[in-house]
Formats: sequence, C-alpha cells, structure tokens
Amino acid sequence: MFEYAPAPESRSVVDLKPSYGLFVDGKFVDPADGGSLKSINPASEEVLAEIAEGGAQDVDRAVRAARRAYEKTWGRLPGRDRAKYLFRIARIIQERSRELAVLESLDNGKPIRESRDVDLPLVAAHFFYYAGWADKLPHAGFGADPQPLGVAAQVIPWNFPLLMLAWKIAPALAAGNTVVLKPAETTPLTALLFAEICQQADLPAGVVNIVTGAGETGRALVEHAGVDKVAFTGSTDVGRAIARSVAGSGKKLTLELGGKAANVVFDDAPVDQAVEGIVNGIFFNQGHVCCAGSRLLVQESVADQVLESLKRRMGQLRLGDPLDKNTDIGAINSAAQLTRIRELTEAGAAEGAQSWSPPCPLPERGFWFAPTIFTGVTQAHRIAREEIFGPVLSVLTFRTPAEAVEKANNTPYGLSAGIWTEKGSRILWMADRLRAGVVWANTFNKFDPTSPFGGYKESGYGREGGRHGLEAYLDV
Amino acid sequence: MTATATSARSDLSELGRSETALRTFLHGLPGVDQVGAEQRAAQLGTRSIKTTAKAQAIDLAIGMVDLTTLEGADTPGKVRALATKALRPDPADPSCPHVGAVCVYPAMVPYVAEVLRRSEVHLASVATSFPSGQAPLEIKLADTRAAVEAGADEIDMVINRGAFLAGRYSEVYDEIAAVKEACGGAGTGGQGRPRAHLKVILETGELATYDNVRRASWLAMLAGGDFIKTSTGKVPVAATLPVTLVMLEAVRDFRAATGRQVGVKPAGGIKTTKDAIRYLVMVNETVGPDWLHPDWFRFGASSLLNDLLMQRTKLKTGVYAGPDYFTLD
Repeated sequence: MFEYAPAPESRSVVDLKPSYGLFVDGKFVDPADGGSLKSINPASEEVLAEIAEGGAQDVDRAVRAARRAYEKTWGRLPGRDRAKYLFRIARIIQERSRELAVLESLDNGKPIRESRDVDLPLVAAHFFYYAGWADKLPHAGFGADPQPLGVAAQVIPWNFPLLMLAWKIAPALAAGNTVVLKPAETTPLTALLFAEICQQADLPAGVVNIVTGAGETGRALVEHAGVDKVAFTGSTDVGRAIARSVAGSGKKLTLELGGKAANVVFDDAPVDQAVEGIVNGIFFNQGHVCCAGSRLLVQESVADQVLESLKRRMGQLRLGDPLDKNTDIGAINSAAQLTRIRELTEAGAAEGAQSWSPPCPLPERGFWFAPTIFTGVTQAHRIAREEIFGPVLSVLTFRTPAEAVEKANNTPYGLSAGIWTEKGSRILWMADRLRAGVVWANTFNKFDPTSPFGGYKESGYGREGGRHGLEAYLDV
Repeated sequence: MTATATSARSDLSELGRSETALRTFLHGLPGVDQVGAEQRAAQLGTRSIKTTAKAQAIDLAIGMVDLTTLEGADTPGKVRALATKALRPDPADPSCPHVGAVCVYPAMVPYVAEVLRRSEVHLASVATSFPSGQAPLEIKLADTRAAVEAGADEIDMVINRGAFLAGRYSEVYDEIAAVKEACGGAGTGGQGRPRAHLKVILETGELATYDNVRRASWLAMLAGGDFIKTSTGKVPVAATLPVTLVMLEAVRDFRAATGRQVGVKPAGGIKTTKDAIRYLVMVNETVGPDWLHPDWFRFGASSLLNDLLMQRTKLKTGVYAGPDYFTLD
C-alpha cells in the first residue's frame, strides 16, 4: 500500500487576532451595542476569534460612511482611478493568497487544495477582470455614460466567503458604487482580512465597509433606507424575505439563491471524465455549492456501469484535515448545516431510497459527513427536490433525451445543469431546453469572471460576472 | 457499449479474427474528453508526497526503472557499465534496491546478459525495427527472435502506427500477435517460464488523440501484449501524465473485462523524482496498489535514476550530495 504521509499546510502564515471589530469608514471600530459572536474552526470546533455583532446603529454608521464616500470621493473619481485601486487590491490578493487560503480553510473547513487552487485564483481574477471595466463602462452596452447606483448593501453566504465577497465588491466598485458588506456569521474572517487589504491598498475611507453579524444584522442592512441596491447570495427562504422587505422601496435587487442542478449523463458520454465531473459536481466544497450537480440523471442503459465507476472513484476521496494538502473533502461548515444534511438524508432513507458511502472514518471532533450517494431515487423524494447543500448525490435514471430534459427542469430551481455526451448536436439541443442559468457541457463547476452566473425561478434573478454583472450596479 | 467496468468476465479472444468485429469494438469504446482527462491528471499532480511516503515512493520508483540506452553510439563497454549500475545503483548504500530492467538494442543484448546473469534484473530489448517499425514483418520477427535468443526476457516492440492511423486494425493486431509468438508465445520457455514478456510501444505522440491512445491500448492488450508502453523516446512528444492516465484506465477496464492484468510503462521525458512520484500517485489512485510493483509498472528512463538516488540520499542524510557522488553510467 502507498500511504500518503500527512502534508499539512502551515497555519503560521496567518496572524489571527483574538477579537475583531467592524470595518467602518476605513477603520476597525467597536460595535455600538457591544455584541459579539465566536467564529470557530469547523474541523476542530476550536474558537478562532471573537467577532463583533453589528446592531442597527452600527449598520447606520456604515451606510452613512458609504454615502459620504460615494458623494465626496469614489463617486467622483474617474474610472481609470477606480481601476488603479482595484488592480492594486487584485495584486495584493495574489501576493497574500497563501495567507488568505489558509485562513479560508481554517474558518470554512474547505480543503486547502480548493482554497489554494480554486477560490483564491478566482478571487484575484474577479478583481482584475472588473478593474479592467472601470474605465470602459461607456462601452459595456448600457448607454454612453452609465451612472452608478450609490450605496450597495451586500449579504454573502459561508460556502465561498472570499469568492462571494469578490463577486459582490469588484463589480460594485468598478461601476462607481460604495458598499456595506455583511459576511456570513460562521465565516467572517477572510472578509476582515480583506478589510486590512483595503487599508493596505489606500482605498479611500468608507468605500468598503464590513459589518459582521448574523441574520438580524443582515436584515438591518438590507432594510436600511439609505441603501440604493441590495445584493444577496444565500438560501431561497431568506432571499424571499428580502424581496418582500425591499418591495416598493425603489432599491434595486439581485438574488442568487439555491439550486438542485441536474447533471445529465448520456450513454455516449466519456465515462471516466463524466465520473470525474459527477464527483466534482457534488463533492467539491463538501457539496456546499449552490450550483452543485446534486441530481445525477443517468441514462438507464449505462446506469450500472456509471455507478460502478462512480463508487470506485468515491473510494479514492480523502476526507479529513482541511489543511492537509492531500485532503479532498473537508469539514461541514457548521453544526446547524450538519443537522440539516442529516435530516434530509434520513428522510431519503425513510422514503425508500438506498444510500451508499465508501468506507470513510470520520474525525471525532468537528462537523463531518461522509460522501454519500442515494440510488433508487424518484422525482417524488424530498432528496430529489430539496437542496441538501452537502456531499449527498441523488441518482435518477432516464430513457430518452426528452425525458432527461423533462426531469431536469422539473424542479423549483434553475441555477445550473450539466450535460455529458460526445455528440455536439445533442449538447446544443439540450442547452436550448434546460431552464438553468448555466449549462456546462462535458465539465462541471467551472467558473470564470468573464462568464455571467445566475438563476431561473427560485434560484433568483440578476446576473453576476461578465459584462452582464455590471448591469446590477449601474443605473440602466 | 463495451465490456468496460462490467464485472462479468467476457471472452474477447475472438475479436482479432475479424476486421469488422475489431473495428466495431474499438470504436465502441467510450470516448475520452481531452479537457477532462488533462484536468484530472493535473489535479493528481498536486498531491503532496512527503517524508515516509516519499521514501517509499523513491525506492519503489528505483525498482521500476528500465535503465535505458538506445543510441547509435552504444558499445559493449557502455552497456556493461549501465548493467553494472542497474545491479547496484548506489554503490555506497547496499539498502538501495536494484532497478527493474536494462533496456538496450538487440545487438547489445549479449553483453548485458553477461553482467545480469543470475540477477533479478530483467533484460529488455527493443525490437521490430525500433523506433519506426517501418520494416517487413519477417524482418521484425527475426529481430525479435534474435534478441530473445541472445538472452532478452522482455521485448519492447513498436506498433505499426501507419497501419493503425490508416484504420487497418487487423494488420496491427496480427503483427503484435506474431511478435508475441516470436517471444515464445503465451506458453513457457526453457525453464518453465514465459520466454520473453512483450511490451507494446504505442508511440502515443504519433497517435495524437486520447481516443486513439485508448483504442491502441485495447488493441495491444487484445493481441496479447503483457505491457503497454507510451513511447520510443525518439519522437518529440513522449510520455505525459494524461496519456498514462488513459492507458491506466484501459488496463483497469481490460482486467475487469477479461481477468488478465496488463502492465503500463511510460517512457521518455521522465527526468525527476517529482515526475516519477506524480506517476506513482496516478497509478495508486487510478488502478490501485495491484499495479504498484515493478512487475506491473515501469519507467523507461535513463537520467531519472540519478535524480532518484540524489533524493534518496537527501532524505536519508538531510543534505544534498553533488552530482559527482553518483555514478554517471
């Protein structure tokens, strides 16, 4: 046997403080009402730092700072000067990427291989990409002189903390807006390190404000009368509540919500690569991915073969210490999420689907869930309809391309989909019919700052990324 | 589709009898998506192999080296020195394993055989008008027989890429089967063992696509090859990780379909310990520990050995020794 020795990435590169304040008007400040939260390492349950919990007064202070910065400095800067700051931030992110990656893995539980090779390169790429747009807005297709909206309130989730920050902040700043961002309560640390990067880049005070806290802080932010734009990524339930609360207020809104993507494997698929794509589709980031390929639709004539290959491949997945460079599957982000995953998988078993996991010892401390597939799943099962947001795949079969489309679209969501076939014409035929914002062909979970991303139906509205992503932050 | 990954054993021995059956089978194999295969190979390349795992991998890799010299300028003196090194790669350290085999041209086989006699190091010879394979079949067979007679127990043949690319699969199949026969067939030689193992060089750099690599792999295995090997080392593109991945998937699926295990040998361009470890990780995670043995996986290389020895010494002593502390042969 060839056993890989432990290969842990050193955490000494990260300089954690015992507690963090709110980042308002260019400075770290204590919250007005003094509340605090603890951010823990989900792989060990160790407390990493104390985080301020922003109240209504703190949110108000941050929104006022953002307004001042919008009116006095940022909103008046020519695009090429905004670009200069964004390029500078992008370069600092690259320079400090190891530090950011280690901190992201500590706080979120995702494997260092992913934070190092996926999250951080994409974060830097987003800032570089939108830095390039800042002085070219008249050529973006939104009129000769498109104007920013003002102050953007941004609320982001815990699955890709820094990447979601980049998706929100980079286009907002490029278009000339200022922002108040609330990171998720379980993963605020990289956003706070990003605040330090804003200081390092000499970004004018108040352009970026970061108010940490939980649901109430987020509610105070999106409901604040001083914001012109609300951008939210997270669950459909919260997204619905936000849509209700901003209705009639004149605020512009973009929502990027849940998903239950179909990954459709045809009988002429490149099997080995399709299996990789299935694994990457659902086990990437422990399945904490809104566009995860959580429903495998496989053509019945090759289902046994594909499942046999998939099980063999799942046997190779290495679950454990997120900071070990050979780890494929890290920790579930929180106790609450683990409970949710358990509840839905128990429902799957109770409804008669068969679950399978490879032999996979779980560490004693921390939040863990073994990679799991359910076979014998039908459209009527909860695990085929509800977003599990964990490393759990539901396997369904189909007989014809038309049936594949019907089943793939038979969901309240519509964020993403995957097609695996060697036949180019079928890819185009399917892509025309799938009601999903992103359709991947012979790949899955590929992201690029030039490509717009967003959903149909209950997966939300508005687009992030690419030229389209600018529209959400311009008065058009 | 194909017999891949079905657990029931299939009898595929009849396929070679008909051009149509062979073509239908090979073209029915699942395709290889280039982007996906390269992505998977790159991902496996990020594995971090340290300390004890690295020491284990280095010793394993040394035992898998087919120490090779295939130059017009090879002389008896040169190949004797190489064979001596094969027996004891690190004269200063008796715990260092010997390499898997020495690989030379047929004319050099007798000189190597003298040195390797009674050792466990195998003697491989390229044959069949290596590297182009562009000679009449009779000459290729005579080339093979001469190498076996002179003492080679492994034959590295090249496939007829011209015939393969022209779609004449039966011709390629028949030629491999004939060379296998010239090696002593599937039966046993003099001392109750197969006379010579047959490694089939696909020359993947000339096949160009991964679909072709997969088809040629199956063709070579169906025709009786004991090993499939990537390259001659004589064309610009030699062994790569994605090509080796596709070949490993083929041997894995072939064993699942027929029950027979076939070895894999990437050759050409593998120069560093880091490279070698990437291949071993790929073997480990694609076909598993059954293939992590010199009987089933080899490296066709020459300069790789000294880098492995340098890294081995570094791990043991904590310091790098200069190149003069390792033999040049």
